[in-house]
Amino acid sequence: MAGLDVFQAIILTLITASTPLLIAALGELVTERAGVLNLGVEGMMIVGAVAGFAVSLQTGNPYLGIIAAILAGMFLSVLFGFLTLSLVTNQVATGLSLTLLGLGLAGMLGSGFVGTPGVKLEQLNIPFLTDLPFIGPILFGQDVLVYFSFILAALISYVLFKTRIGLILRAVGENHTSAHALGYSVIRVRYLAVMFGGGCAGLAGGYLSLAYTSLWVEDMTAGRGWIALALVVFSSWLPGRLLLGAYLFGAVGILQIHVQAAGWPIPSQLLSSLPYLATILVLVIISANRAVTRANTPACLGQAFVPDR
Amino acid sequence: MRKIIGLAAAVLAMGLGVASSFADDKLKVGFIYVGPVGDHGWTYQHNEGRLAIEKEFGDAVETSFVENVSEGPDAERAIERLAREGHDLIFTTSFGFMNPTIKVAKKFPDVKFEHATGYKRADNVSTYSSRFYEGRYVIGQIAAKMSKTNTIGYIASFPIPEVVRGINSFMLGAQSINPDMKIKVIWVNSWFDPGKEADAAKALIDQGADIISQHTDSPAPLQVAEERGVFAFGQASDMIKFAPKAQLTAIIDNWNDYYVARTKAALDGSWSSQDVWGGFKDDMVDMAAYTNLPDDVVAAAKDTAAKIESGELHPFKGPIFKQDGTQVIGEGEVLDDGTLLGMNWYVKGVDGQLPQ
Repeated sequence: MAGLDVFQAIILTLITASTPLLIAALGELVTERAGVLNLGVEGMMIVGAVAGFAVSLQTGNPYLGIIAAILAGMFLSVLFGFLTLSLVTNQVATGLSLTLLGLGLAGMLGSGFVGTPGVKLEQLNIPFLTDLPFIGPILFGQDVLVYFSFILAALISYVLFKTRIGLILRAVGENHTSAHALGYSVIRVRYLAVMFGGGCAGLAGGYLSLAYTSLWVEDMTAGRGWIALALVVFSSWLPGRLLLGAYLFGAVGILQIHVQAAGWPIPSQLLSSLPYLATILVLVIISANRAVTRANTPACLGQAFVPDR
Repeated sequence: MRKIIGLAAAVLAMGLGVASSFADDKLKVGFIYVGPVGDHGWTYQHNEGRLAIEKEFGDAVETSFVENVSEGPDAERAIERLAREGHDLIFTTSFGFMNPTIKVAKKFPDVKFEHATGYKRADNVSTYSSRFYEGRYVIGQIAAKMSKTNTIGYIASFPIPEVVRGINSFMLGAQSINPDMKIKVIWVNSWFDPGKEADAAKALIDQGADIISQHTDSPAPLQVAEERGVFAFGQASDMIKFAPKAQLTAIIDNWNDYYVARTKAALDGSWSSQDVWGGFKDDMVDMAAYTNLPDDVVAAAKDTAAKIESGELHPFKGPIFKQDGTQVIGEGEVLDDGTLLGMNWYVKGVDGQLPQ
């Protein structure tokens, strides 16, 4: 029984570890599908984390905190959109500055909250279902954002590949000149995609400060925004693979911790690097079909678009 | 990423530095931090020391700091920048800043440097550290008395002597109460990552630990302990607010007196290179209030701390055996500071392999 308990504990912990990566990466995937490369995920995440923490602390309601986190991420992304889409600045440089701005801004806004315990986003507790042995806590005992992240992945996959909206979005990312010629507003579509990505990144940050650890400390994202960015590329812009990648990364990260606690004689430095190695390896292998990969890479990714009049 | 701002600021500073060096004759004191001031742990306590300097000397000094400096080539740039800006006294507050500090100190012989937790000195480089292991011996004893599963979970950062010494001292303290205590160590290979630290705490509890101790800087493990209903110890600063029911005590770094004393020495010209390794006796290590403990455990802990302070008890007194059973010192001997500073082996009773 003890083995089963530990197995269950590993699954429960890895879900919490994977969810913020998945949500942030899904948002970036939509942004990049529209042809915009926003490297500011880390910055939008950390601002979401501080906004979510602050609002939930003031109101005592973690759900208001979640909304604040989304809005805060979106606010930064609108700024990014204005600079890169309206003023046509370089997307890479602007994205990097957005990360710096976000980290600095969050540190400043959050300075009053350091050392204050926050409000925790509660996990579901459905009578009977959550009490089921083994699968109960895993399937019916998560916080709402975990379920939301799965719905989001399915929804994005459906919208991107089965609906007209998705077709337009992909057309804008694939060939903005043609999309423009067909009468679609490239800039408007991109603004919306950037804002969606910002909202997701903010939400992922809010997950860190509300569900993962429910505290605020500077730099608490600790590079997760960059991991989300990498996951998007390695998933070759496909939501299903992204889900797999985020959970694989989370799983190996948690497993290596348990392996250490169990006292296996493997160097911890190697174990710490395993999540990165394993995720890259698996995603490279499943992306081995280069035709598929090329077909899914947004051809206009990172390219500025200036509509001719 | 903050380092890019640092770079931009460095470029600016090189332009402005010339102007400001004529402006005043205040003593300029600079600090290099490895983490954010808001970590509520290691860097937070160093910053408290900086504020103590400002409070003590007021207008006679001017302090500044660079936070989030990574331990590597960037550190050298950040330290050199402070030196170039005309700082007279520079504190570099992490082990990994050792070589960069020595390098920059060679280029600026008139600037005084103070490096925390290292062992390389020069005419203008002092080193200072705290005997945190004294506190860890005390919490090891408390842990052994409070654990029901006889299993301690220990979240460690990097396998450097400072951290290994902490684990060993903790374990020797625990063994002095119960020779069969077990310890599970997880290396997260980071000083500061609340998410990872929380994951490690969860894993340790899931594998049977009912006391959590940490050598990383965020309060996240304490929060997990509070949720799961196990006990834990705060790190670097009092973290009771995060775990009112779980924190038993905390080892508190107290740099204030040292920083004030060294600034005073720099002001009156008596500063010279030295090596200070202070503990309970020098007030460089304090214990937070003992909470959630029975009275007899509190009394015993206070007694142990007092004996360490008076020198009656040394955490690393013989006989001490390494993990593989080889004897290091015999009965009646005490490990010398040199061995303590270079410690790269586990004492007997610690399971698992020390990463090399």
